[in-house]
Amino acid sequence: MKRVSLKKRFRVKNIFVFVVLVYLGFQMLSLGFLLDLKDVKGVAKYYLENDIKDTQSANVVTSIVVNYRGFDTLGEVTVLFLAATGLGAILSGYRKVKKQKILANTMLQYGSKPLLAIIILFGAYIFIHGHLSPGGGFQGGTVIATGFLLMLLALEGYEIKHGYIKWTESLAGLTFVTVGLFGLFLLGSFLADFLPLGKVGNLFSSGVIPIIYVAVGFKVGSELTGLLDNMMGVVE
Amino acid sequence: MATLVIITVLCVVLMVVAAWFAIRTSDLVSAVIGSSVVSLMASVLFLILHAPDVAMTEAAIGAGLSTFVFLIAIRKTERYEKDEEQ
Repeated sequence: MKRVSLKKRFRVKNIFVFVVLVYLGFQMLSLGFLLDLKDVKGVAKYYLENDIKDTQSANVVTSIVVNYRGFDTLGEVTVLFLAATGLGAILSGYRKVKKQKILANTMLQYGSKPLLAIIILFGAYIFIHGHLSPGGGFQGGTVIATGFLLMLLALEGYEIKHGYIKWTESLAGLTFVTVGLFGLFLLGSFLADFLPLGKVGNLFSSGVIPIIYVAVGFKVGSELTGLLDNMMGVVE
Repeated sequence: MATLVIITVLCVVLMVVAAWFAIRTSDLVSAVIGSSVVSLMASVLFLILHAPDVAMTEAAIGAGLSTFVFLIAIRKTERYEKDEEQ
């Protein structure tokens, strides 16, 4: 078989791909601008109509992710955990870099520390208010991990204690499963909403959603931080 | 409405240009920046399409974290793509 280079193959196919992409793009535009909520059918219609009654959550996406499809989210968190564990297992054989070649300048070193606090506050805000405003555990956790990435880049010899990360991650995962088991024993189905629902718009409302999303936020944040730390530490 | 359409078209054009650049360039750091621009513009598009949750995920993971993961990987390996034609 003759080996065709990637660039040449690209040239042959690109007209076809371009036409298909332009068509799909126009489809997406019409979906976004012309979609009427009355056209929504099936299970999506049920979610939109009964979200407030069932979960008292102002954010429909959150109530689908954590309440209606909570078991899927548990699987998603597990996939992320396995990915982080796999990367850690692959990279664990390498020794750590002790010294960086180029030091960050003084402004960056001193300015990044207060910035870490603000970034963590913002991430925590995103996952605590997951049932009220856009965002949730996954987004908030990623924002927190970005803050620790800034510390890893800016400060020389910044070490993240892997013991803390392991404990945070395990406790968060345990909280998720424990909440699910409480629902199983009290109401007869895994992740059933056993707490009082409260009133829509309040911080303490919509049952188990805030607890689970805070747990997911801690779990995702610690996992991604550990993953970045593993990658940064490998010697070249 | 008209402003939204103009912003959408600008975002899409910028995405196509950045994706094209990311494919054609042989400097991998530039390619990573190009793909991060694609993610950033995609997050603006998601916001216009009334999906703020997805927009936040795309901005934090697509434009933020994955860019840095790629950059770290490039720093540990090689920066320039080898020419395949020869």
